[in-house]
Amino acid sequence: MEIAIEAVGLRKRYGGHEALCGVDLSVPTGTLLGILGPNGAGKTTTVRVLATLLEPDEGRASVAGYDVRDQPREVRRSIGLTGQYAALDERLTGRENLRLIGTLYRLGRRAAKARADELLDRLDLAHAAERQVKTYSGGMRRRLDLAASLIAEPKVLFLDEPTTGLDLTSRLTLWDMIREQLAGGVTVLMTTQYLEEADQLADRIAVIDGGRVIADGTSDELKAKVGGERLEVSLADDSDIPATVTALRETAAAEPVVAQDSRTVSVSLRDGLKTVSEAAAALDAAGARTVGFAVRRPSLDGVFLALTGGTTSRER
Amino acid sequence: MVELVSDVSALVGRHMKHLVRIPEKLLSVTLMPVAYVVVFGVLFGSAISVPGSDYRSYLMAGIFTQMMLTNVGNTALGVAGDLSNGVVDRFRSLPMSRSSVLIARTLSDLTLAVIACVTMAIVGYLMGWRVHEGFLKALAGFGLLLLLGYTMAWLGALIGLLARSAEAVNSIAFMLVMPLTFLSNAFIPLDGLPGWLRWLCEWNPVSAVVAACRELFGNTTTGTGKGAFPVQYPVPVSLVLCGLLLAAVVPAAVGAYRRAAAR
Repeated sequence: MEIAIEAVGLRKRYGGHEALCGVDLSVPTGTLLGILGPNGAGKTTTVRVLATLLEPDEGRASVAGYDVRDQPREVRRSIGLTGQYAALDERLTGRENLRLIGTLYRLGRRAAKARADELLDRLDLAHAAERQVKTYSGGMRRRLDLAASLIAEPKVLFLDEPTTGLDLTSRLTLWDMIREQLAGGVTVLMTTQYLEEADQLADRIAVIDGGRVIADGTSDELKAKVGGERLEVSLADDSDIPATVTALRETAAAEPVVAQDSRTVSVSLRDGLKTVSEAAAALDAAGARTVGFAVRRPSLDGVFLALTGGTTSRER
Repeated sequence: MVELVSDVSALVGRHMKHLVRIPEKLLSVTLMPVAYVVVFGVLFGSAISVPGSDYRSYLMAGIFTQMMLTNVGNTALGVAGDLSNGVVDRFRSLPMSRSSVLIARTLSDLTLAVIACVTMAIVGYLMGWRVHEGFLKALAGFGLLLLLGYTMAWLGALIGLLARSAEAVNSIAFMLVMPLTFLSNAFIPLDGLPGWLRWLCEWNPVSAVVAACRELFGNTTTGTGKGAFPVQYPVPVSLVLCGLLLAAVVPAAVGAYRRAAAR
C-alpha cells in the first residue's frame, strides 16, 4: 500500500516545553487518519509540521512523496490546509477569497475563477458568493475555508478540527465533503475533539497525548484494547448492590465495577451471550430489583478516557 | 520573477479592495491630513511667525513628513491583523512566493501615502501654499516623501511581525512617531531653541527630510542659515538615511515573517 503521509520521530520544543516528543504516523493513500487528543496534546503542532508551517527540531516527515524540510514548495503544491480558525479575509466576498487563493496556487486566473464558482456551488455557498465574509455564519465560514483548501485539488488534505463549534447540519455537510474527497482518492489527516467524528470518518485513529502517539489502530481495535463488551446492570436501590455484585461475580471473569452514584454494576463479558443468560438467571435468583440490563460496546469516549487517564483538557 | 509579479498583483488587489471597503482606512489618509493642514496652519499660524516665509507654507513640509511617518502604524496594524487571524498561515501553506506578502502590503500602503500626499497638496494649495523651485524639484520633493513613506511601511511591517497585537503596535508606533515629529523642525523653526535641544532636533533624521522638502519646494526661511550637518545638506542626508534604513529593515522584516509565522 502506498503511503501518502509519513512522520518519523517528530520532535518540537518551545522554550522548555516539549510540544512533540517523537511522533510517528503513517497514512496510506486514500484513507483518513483521525487524530484524537486533549487540548495541548500536540495535534495542531503535528499538522503544522506536516503542512510545512513549522520546522521540526528532530525527525523527518514526507507528504505526497516529498520531504517537508527539503521540498516544502512541492509539498505545498500537493496539500490543502483548513486550520482551526477559519483563515479567510473578512472584507473580501466568498468568491473573491477563493479566486485569490486559486491565483496564489498558480492555477491561472481563468481556472481559479471557474474552480471558485464550482466549489461555491458544491458547498452550497453560491447564494452568498457576493457577500463579504464578515457577514457569514460560523458554518458558512468553515465551508468556505474547506473550499479554499480544495481549490487546487490537493492530493493530501489537512483538516485541523474542521467542525469544532458547528451545528449538526453544517457538520454533516462537511462530513459529506470529506467522504467525497476520500472517494476521489484524496488522503486526509484530520484532528478532532469529537470521538464520534473520528468513529464516523476515520479509517484509522491515532490518539495523541503529551506530544506522543499513545495508541493507534482502527476504531474497533482501540475499543478492544480497553476491553470488550460489558454487561451493565442498573438497580432500583443502593441496597441491591451487594447481592448484584455477588451474583455477577460468579458469571464473569473479572471483578464487577460499581458506580455508586448511578447505581450501576458492570462487568466485562467472559463468554458472550452465554454469560448474558447466566447473569440474568443469577440476578433473578438473587432477587435484585433491576431497572436496566444492557450489553454495551465501549464508546470511543471510554477508550479516550482510559488511554489519556481522564485528562480531557490539559491546557498549557 | 513572473510568479512573484503575479502573486504581488493578486495580493495588491486584495489590499485595494480593503481600501474601498474599510472607510476608516480611506479617512486616515484623506480627512486626517486635511485636518492637520487646516488646524495646525490656522492654530499655530496665528502664534508662530517665521522669517522670510509665511508659516502655512513653512508648515506644509512638516505635515507631509509627519503623514509619511504614520505609515509605520498603518502597515504594522495590517501585518499584525493578518498574523492573528490565520491569513498568514493560509498564505504560508500555499506554493506562493514568501516575500510577495510583504512586498504587496508595503506597495499598497505606499498607495495610501500617495493619496495622502495628493490630498494634502490640494488643501495646502487652497490655503495659499506654493512651490517656488519649479515642477521637477517639487516632484523630487514628493519622491523623497514617498521614499520615506515606503521605508516606514517596511519598518511598520517589521514592528507588526514582532509585536503581533494591535494594542502593542499602536503604542510602539505612537512612541516612535510622536517624539520624532515634535523634536524636529516639522512644526517650528529651531533657531529659538536652547542650544542642547536645538542640537538634538537638528540631528533628528526627520529634520533632515523636512529641511530637504522645504529646500525642494522652496519654502525655506531666511533664518540664521547655520545648523548641524544634516540640516545643512538635507537632500543627500535624507536619501542616504532612507536608503540605509530600507537596506536594514527589508531583510529584517522578511526574516521576521519567516520566523513569526513559524509558531
